Amino acid sequence: MSAGTETLEQRPAPDKRKSGGGHSGDAAGMPPTDISNPAYFHKVVDCQWACPAHTPVPEYIRLIAAGRYTEAYMVNWKSNVLPGILGRTCDRPCEPACRRGRVEEEPVAICRLKRVAADNKSDISALLPPKPAKKNGKRIALIGAGPAALTVVRDLAPLGYELVVYDADKKGGGMIRSQIPRFRLPEEVIDEEVGYILDRGFVETRFGTRIDSMKQLLSENYDAVFVGSGAPRGRDLELPGRKEAAKNIHIGIDWLSNVSFEHIDKIGKRVIVLGGGNTAMDCCRTSRRLGGDDVKVIVRSGFDEMKASPWEKEDAMHEGIPIFNFLVPKEFTHKNGKLTGVTFEKVVAKQDDKGRRQLVPSGEPDQHFECDDVLIAVGQENAFPWIERDCGIEFDKWNMPKVNETTFQSTNPKVFFGGDAAFGPKNIIWAVAHGHDAAVSIDKFCNGEDVSKRPPPMTNLVSQKMGIHEWSYDNDISNELRHKVPMRDQKIALKDIRAEVELGFDQKLGYAETQRCLNCDVQTVFSAPLCIECDACMDICPVDCISFTPNAPEPDLRQMLSAPADNLTQDLYVSVPLKTSRVLVKDEDVCLHCGLCAERCPTGAWDMQKFLLEITHATEARCSRA
Amino acid sequence: MTYITKPKLHHPKLPVNALGFTHRDYEGSVSTLCAGCGHDSISAAIIQACFEIDLPPHRLAKLSGIGCSSKTPTYFLGQSHGFNTVHGRMPSVLTGANLANRDLIYMGVSGDGDSASIGLGQFAHCIRRGVNMVYIVENNGVYGLTKGQFSATADKGSKSKKGVANPDSPMDLVSLALIAGASFVGRSFSGDKRQLVELIKAAIGHQGSAFLDVISPCIAFNNHAGSTKSFDYVREHNEAANALEFLEGRQEITIDHDPGTTVNVTQHDGSVLRLRKLAEDHDPTDRTSVMNFIQRHNARGEIVTGLLYVEPDSEDLHHRLGVTKRPLNSLSDAELCPGSGALQKINEGLR
Repeated sequence: MSAGTETLEQRPAPDKRKSGGGHSGDAAGMPPTDISNPAYFHKVVDCQWACPAHTPVPEYIRLIAAGRYTEAYMVNWKSNVLPGILGRTCDRPCEPACRRGRVEEEPVAICRLKRVAADNKSDISALLPPKPAKKNGKRIALIGAGPAALTVVRDLAPLGYELVVYDADKKGGGMIRSQIPRFRLPEEVIDEEVGYILDRGFVETRFGTRIDSMKQLLSENYDAVFVGSGAPRGRDLELPGRKEAAKNIHIGIDWLSNVSFEHIDKIGKRVIVLGGGNTAMDCCRTSRRLGGDDVKVIVRSGFDEMKASPWEKEDAMHEGIPIFNFLVPKEFTHKNGKLTGVTFEKVVAKQDDKGRRQLVPSGEPDQHFECDDVLIAVGQENAFPWIERDCGIEFDKWNMPKVNETTFQSTNPKVFFGGDAAFGPKNIIWAVAHGHDAAVSIDKFCNGEDVSKRPPPMTNLVSQKMGIHEWSYDNDISNELRHKVPMRDQKIALKDIRAEVELGFDQKLGYAETQRCLNCDVQTVFSAPLCIECDACMDICPVDCISFTPNAPEPDLRQMLSAPADNLTQDLYVSVPLKTSRVLVKDEDVCLHCGLCAERCPTGAWDMQKFLLEITHATEARCSRA
Repeated sequence: MTYITKPKLHHPKLPVNALGFTHRDYEGSVSTLCAGCGHDSISAAIIQACFEIDLPPHRLAKLSGIGCSSKTPTYFLGQSHGFNTVHGRMPSVLTGANLANRDLIYMGVSGDGDSASIGLGQFAHCIRRGVNMVYIVENNGVYGLTKGQFSATADKGSKSKKGVANPDSPMDLVSLALIAGASFVGRSFSGDKRQLVELIKAAIGHQGSAFLDVISPCIAFNNHAGSTKSFDYVREHNEAANALEFLEGRQEITIDHDPGTTVNVTQHDGSVLRLRKLAEDHDPTDRTSVMNFIQRHNARGEIVTGLLYVEPDSEDLHHRLGVTKRPLNSLSDAELCPGSGALQKINEGLR
């Protein structure tokens, strides 16, 4: 390099580029990004990274946009097993993670698009894995037929395992069937998707059978046992008046399950629901449909601190259910053995000396709410009274089984746990993810392999270039805001507990919503040797995420870019040094994946390449080796 | 070219200027030039400069001639006035517009063909008259639109894409502008935005004809080995005379840390050009020495860049002609057409 170029580097930087350090050739600068590590590009696909089952979301959204609903459904089915169910009930960890939410007001309605695929698919039977021709000689017992166990069955059945599924209820589905109200999830959807799984091979269902002794089960010489029994015990509130008014005080999840199985079909006119989670939201909305005219939700802490998903709170309030906060229940009042109401202490949130948030009495007089029935939905617990403590399964101080977080194996190597039974209450999609991992472990265990060695994911990175400025994905994203899901007329919806409230996107609306997806799996891949540092990519980038700059340690570098890279959860993509000794830095945070950098690059140093990552499940792990 | 429109979505933490605009509000439509064209970088520098000086877009009039360079005004400041004129005739149209409405800021965008060949005369006379404008030549040394013939600014001996050497002497527009009496002369490189943005800001603040020669590699026809207008060649031979920092009038001028090497030049509008000297033999306010400086370095094969010459107390065309201080469109009919009595008076004065 000549003296001339060095003089350029000595010029003072404009204010926005100033930083504590960082000159070209700084030894402490960031190392080049290793894009051969699958975790790097996986993390860029925020939705897939956030999904416990790592469903390739943009992949199926593009299929929906193309009207290929069946293929879109199968991408889901392979990854999350229960697309129709999850398309209505998922806790959607993908949506808060969605990049669209960072460049605009709201994320893509990923969950509801999943339902579009499920609603519009054609017959999938030919696409399901073939039933095994013969048994492989191993027998597995599964306790509980909820999402975790169903996933294990789905993954192991094609391999010829004999699977014996126990459940106390008469049909499969677990909490999906017993706790989620029908107006959110029609029973046909459960029957269909549970049916696909239980019909996959040598599956024997022993429904209506409760397992009372693990010892007894272990003596039946199964090759492995999977425990997916959920968190079946609803927490109670031991307050004055609880016993006296017991007739009108119900535990939320038990009550919901009784409604689902049609043992209960009405409730008093005035109902108070205690608790702020999703179960509380299901309780209050169910009450509205069983005769509750005046239904309230009352929570201890603040409205914003409630555990329920924001959309579930919205749905409840939309049905005329007020939510009162900062009220701690103190006493159930009763008269002549009949509940009359609940007394609450008013509290405020304060920070204690250590900065922890605490609820302290506000000093105001207690508040009394009259009611006919109370539903307690203040949390769930695991309960394993049926596992003898001397059958090789160790328990911790919270009375939970000791379970390996990767393999899901307990201290009895034959016994595996998953879903809420493993680490306490979570949600369906976590249970599915657990099931996949447990199935891999069970398969390895039954084949005498080391369960701690996990199969790597399948990854693929392919250029999307079709022509000079043509890509095999649609990079012209829509500017429309998130579309609302059409709802059933409330007058009709509140009359019939089986009338599904959300009608789902139709094909037209579904297509419009797919166009909001940024295709984050189509990666910007940079090749430093081809770059001539013409700045074209930096100039065209609509979100200022590309910079050419002297290298520096990460905290400094983050402030030296075209726009500050303040979101520390998002990586910087750093190149090897270029000809001028500067580096290319791309902040992944708000990249629109529009491909304009690649379109304006004269040398092809940028390319748009689709990164597909599929988690290797037991079925594929075994088949690929065979 | 790119088929899609640039998405409206932008970085959530984009800085805003005093008018509440982000730099994206200063964009035009998506460029139809070849990918990687140096001209696009110059457009980006103009956008950045106008954003940084809080320029209301409707205060700018951008004029151009014909050629790749002259297409670029479409790609910046979509909310300003624009006139795509005849080949080589931009200076005349700009002069006319400037005479009619002196309140606007005039930016002439031209190329080496438009200004050094067909429009050479127009270029020289416009500069000579001291028209208050920023005249930018996007200089790539070739006729890109007609597939890469040498232009008048191509260096003698530089090679075409097919390997043929140029037999003719180059026209150096910077030297020509100095001879013609330009009161602000700079040279820069499309690949050095830091320098270019400050130069554009300073040129906009200058009262009089400000000329910027910006070397802008033609990716399609003039970015090969043997070219003297390629990214690699310019980077290797770039010799910055100074580092410029443009300080607007309202900014506080702090004490210099290094008085021996830093000069503050106050312009007509109160803006200050802070120049940090990088070349020993350069004095930016002495026209004759600057001309020598340029020739000396040119002979060594160096491309001098930076703010080469500035005359802080320059006078523009309106001052020289003593015309009205108000734009013609703000004058009343009576003022514009004072009647036969006034005409007779003028005629009498000329007898």
